[in-house]
Amino acid sequence: MWEYTDKVKEHFFNPHNVGEIEDADGIGEVGSLACGDALKLTFKLDENGKICDAKFKTFGCASAIATSSVLTDMIKGLTIEEAAKVTNKDIADYLGGLPEQKMHCSVMGREALEAAIENYRTGGRKKHELEGSVVCTCFGVTETEIEKVIRENNLTAVEQVTNYCKAGGGCGGCRGEIEKIIEKTQGALQVTGYGTRGEAVRQTAVPGKGCKLTNIQKIQMIQQTINEQIRPALRAHGGNIELIDVEGNKVIVAFRGMCAQCRLTEVTMKDVVEAKLREFVSEELFVEEDKDSAQQPHNHRG
Amino acid sequence: MKTIYFDNNATTKVAEEVFEEMKPLFCELYGNPSSMHTFGGQISRKIRQARERVAGLLGCEPSEIIFTSCGTESDNAAIKGTLAAVPNKRKIITTRVEHPAVLTVCRELGNYGYTVVELGVDKRGRLDLAELEEAIDDNTALVTIMYANNETGVVFPIDKVAELAAGRGVVFHTDAVQAIGKIPLNLAKSSIDLLSLSGHKLHAPKGVGVLYVRKGTRISPFMLGGHQEAGRRAGTENVPGIVGLGKACELAAENLEKENSKVKYLRDKLEGAMLEKCPDSRLNGDKDNRLPNTSNISFEYIEGEAILLMLDKYGICASSGSACTSGSLEPSHVLRAMGVPFTAAHGSIRFSLSRYSTEAEVDYTVEKMPGIVNRLRELSPFVAK
Ligand code: FES
Repeated sequence: MWEYTDKVKEHFFNPHNVGEIEDADGIGEVGSLACGDALKLTFKLDENGKICDAKFKTFGCASAIATSSVLTDMIKGLTIEEAAKVTNKDIADYLGGLPEQKMHCSVMGREALEAAIENYRTGGRKKHELEGSVVCTCFGVTETEIEKVIRENNLTAVEQVTNYCKAGGGCGGCRGEIEKIIEKTQGALQVTGYGTRGEAVRQTAVPGKGCKLTNIQKIQMIQQTINEQIRPALRAHGGNIELIDVEGNKVIVAFRGMCAQCRLTEVTMKDVVEAKLREFVSEELFVEEDKDSAQQPHNHRG
Repeated sequence: MKTIYFDNNATTKVAEEVFEEMKPLFCELYGNPSSMHTFGGQISRKIRQARERVAGLLGCEPSEIIFTSCGTESDNAAIKGTLAAVPNKRKIITTRVEHPAVLTVCRELGNYGYTVVELGVDKRGRLDLAELEEAIDDNTALVTIMYANNETGVVFPIDKVAELAAGRGVVFHTDAVQAIGKIPLNLAKSSIDLLSLSGHKLHAPKGVGVLYVRKGTRISPFMLGGHQEAGRRAGTENVPGIVGLGKACELAAENLEKENSKVKYLRDKLEGAMLEKCPDSRLNGDKDNRLPNTSNISFEYIEGEAILLMLDKYGICASSGSACTSGSLEPSHVLRAMGVPFTAAHGSIRFSLSRYSTEAEVDYTVEKMPGIVNRLRELSPFVAK
């Protein structure tokens, strides 16, 4: 059993601010059913630009619910600028701490807040966007996100990174890469101290990327990227992916198994696949899901 | 608050009768069975009796029983001991739904050059025997397949599996930790070569287990440094544990009827009411070939750990296959192997009853559950208002 603080239990059993604000100024959504936790945060501003109301809906364990509840309490009364400064550590501290393996819940809270602020500022996508290259395909975690948790929480080991943002907790295929990011980020921290972004450019040997590709080459590379970069992680989840067609820069894929049944497929796997294909094949690609064929019975033995 | 214990596949209460039998072995009869004096020597009689009682439940010879420290030790010993005895064969066949005590060991051996075949299961958690038959070849050293699944309670057709393996001259081990005491089993009529069981799953204390080794089965000793257990498992015997297990096996034999009628009735009542009263819930596992005490139900759109904590508030103990409860980030490997969607796997709850469960406990749980499910669904972003 997890050792939860009284504060966590209090907010789990009697969460504050449950629900959705109808005419919200900012909406942020992160996570998915498939990942095991998901949070939808909405907030409203008053005439002075301060957050006057915030509400949440959360799918997840006790700490995910408690985290969401305190997050809504914490940001009320803050300006957008102030809210933007809230870190996952602030949220965890407010709860009197979280079990190490549950720190990712506080990160989810911070991500939802970021997404909601982004949505308020740009009116753009409410969903948490994948920025940078995807390192962990299993959980759709990018290098930028990993660097961020390392910096904010001063992490030094791969297991810690897994506890904080889930990366590395699935098939384990990305652990080597996480290790490198830790070294790089911590190295950068030592040189420049806190607060400076340890800007990192990942060098990946990508054959052909950047050159003009013939259609056949492109399709081959897409297939190869799917086979090598994406399918193993999906398989580990009991799912699978199929390349249906490529029309110009539109890549049509179908998800089988768990992905097809996940209501939030769009934010999770589609984005991950898109990011991987952009990284390895061409920046111009975008992914579309073939919903019709996803309805077909899947082969669970895969 | 009264505790309602529906987590008997995790561990069980020690039966009063078992405890009574163990008591004198701590402060009065504490001798070492290996000693030359009468004081110690009389203990070896107790161990002999326990061995006979275990053999009685399993339908085998007492000499085929080796006492170990737990089910996990038995599994490790069976797998590694068999491979060491047939060094020229390098293939192991198992399933994707085994307990980690088997699966992790096999996967580890995979890192040492063994070929490991993990058979899949269908949606209801059933094996395909044709697939097994196909997988067995001359290089196969061992087939290890569980008797009944700890999470779903699905029972595999182990006698058929054992015959298949025996027909091809391959050693067959079964992890029967969940099956013993819950369903009838007779080793005299089966081709099982090796079988693991664990005391604390059948109302004996923790810290004692058994490895059954059919006479003539070659297995290398796995613990060296003493003559105990005919040199196959060195180390001073856990006398109270062994004696307790003996008594527990005797009781299990007496109660087998009850397990299959009373416990099954309660389980069915609990399960039926849950599925009826909680919308968007589903049963995981083969309804027909199942342990009489286990029910694994998924409640969609909500998460298992949150459900467990709410149940805990009412003193109800169950367990979940969700990622959050395991300390890992992935939901149950068993449910995933069955192709249960992640959405349902995260919200899976296992209720496992025992002969000590009562109808009042079932009714109370059934009364509380719908409220818990509704409450959590109110919080869930996946449920429309
Ligand atoms: S755990 Fe990161 S890619 Fe699978």
